[in-house]
Amino acid sequence: MPKLAEPPAVAAKFKAGDRVRVRKTAPLGHIRTPFYIRGHAGEIERLCGAFPNPEELAQMRSGLPAQPLYRVRFRQKEVWPDYRGPDSDVVEIEIFQHWLEKA
Amino acid sequence: MIERGHHDMGGQPAGKVERTEHDYPEWERRVDAMVQLLRTRRKITVDELRKNIEALPPEAYDRLSYYEKWISSLTQTLIQRGVITSDELGRKMEQVEQRAKAG
Amino acid sequence: MNDQGAYKPFTYYQLMETSLRELLVEKGILSDEQVNAEVAAMRARQPERGARVVARAWTEAAYKKRLLANATAACEELGLEIPGLHLVAVENTPQVHNAIVCTLCSCYPRVLLGIPPDWYKSRNYRSRMVREPRAVLAEFGLRIPDGTQIRVHDSTADMRYLVLPMRPKGTEDWDEARLAGIVTRDAMIGVAVPTVTGG
Repeated sequence: MPKLAEPPAVAAKFKAGDRVRVRKTAPLGHIRTPFYIRGHAGEIERLCGAFPNPEELAQMRSGLPAQPLYRVRFRQKEVWPDYRGPDSDVVEIEIFQHWLEKA
Repeated sequence: MIERGHHDMGGQPAGKVERTEHDYPEWERRVDAMVQLLRTRRKITVDELRKNIEALPPEAYDRLSYYEKWISSLTQTLIQRGVITSDELGRKMEQVEQRAKAG
Repeated sequence: MNDQGAYKPFTYYQLMETSLRELLVEKGILSDEQVNAEVAAMRARQPERGARVVARAWTEAAYKKRLLANATAACEELGLEIPGLHLVAVENTPQVHNAIVCTLCSCYPRVLLGIPPDWYKSRNYRSRMVREPRAVLAEFGLRIPDGTQIRVHDSTADMRYLVLPMRPKGTEDWDEARLAGIVTRDAMIGVAVPTVTGG
């Protein structure tokens, strides 16, 4: 298969180790940011690349420019105040850049 | 509830995980195959399929089996895309049912 | 469904499947041969594929390094087709145990493990795995010591995860094929660990 040209992408704002917070909002549409993580702060584990925005793809639009996608690591104890388990336990979630702000 | 989608269930109270499995019957495998073929041919995106699954009423979301949700969503997506029309589908369903009854 | 005598009805959804497929064939968008070939291809995608990858990583340190750096490329190296997919391998160690869930739907490394089991797509697993992973793992018979960090991966977007389990003790003289035999699907999801008995 011929290699496709890279689609236009938004520049990445964050790097591994940065503290970020997930925006706490609840718009309509097809959203890939789980409800439970909105409003919580975590740390960028890695930049996964840039991918067409699923919120736009779901509505039959191109989703371009592509959005940077990160794996973000959250401490379970910060996400769930009643979390039963050691402080070191984490949950990692892929989150698109437009859902993140600097913490 | 609109604020949190019914499908967006991470962290919600739920029961013990029943380790159920079943061997997928042929019709379910064909649904799976059609989805994969139409995706790779760029006739649909997975996010459109997800959107249409998420749009199911909560009662249906919980009651329908996995591939019942997929076929509903795939069909809805292809109607939205204009690949098929509701009228074509309705007439074909009548025809297939008549054929089955005639044995 | 309702019993209507000798005529054995399709369910509504089976009727939809047949009707949609026939329409797509009539319109020249798909053929029955293509659908059948795709069904066969999916049938061939079984957890043995993932197990091959794990066994290779257990026996060849350089391969493991490449797998952890770029799992898609490392799988392709073994001749596995990973069409347009971004695979990430996450390594279990004495310090870290990884487990996979998709709280929003059913994202799963299908190219390596096949179609996901029902429980993976169940409300109970999807709801609870992110919030009480230790309790859920215990229901699978897996108790993770408190000194081991649990990393739950909620696959929400474009990555698909494969857990690289720890190689069990007592397998030091095993060859790759024998090792692959004890790598279960559940171990690659992170709800089990391989044992020398393969249980």
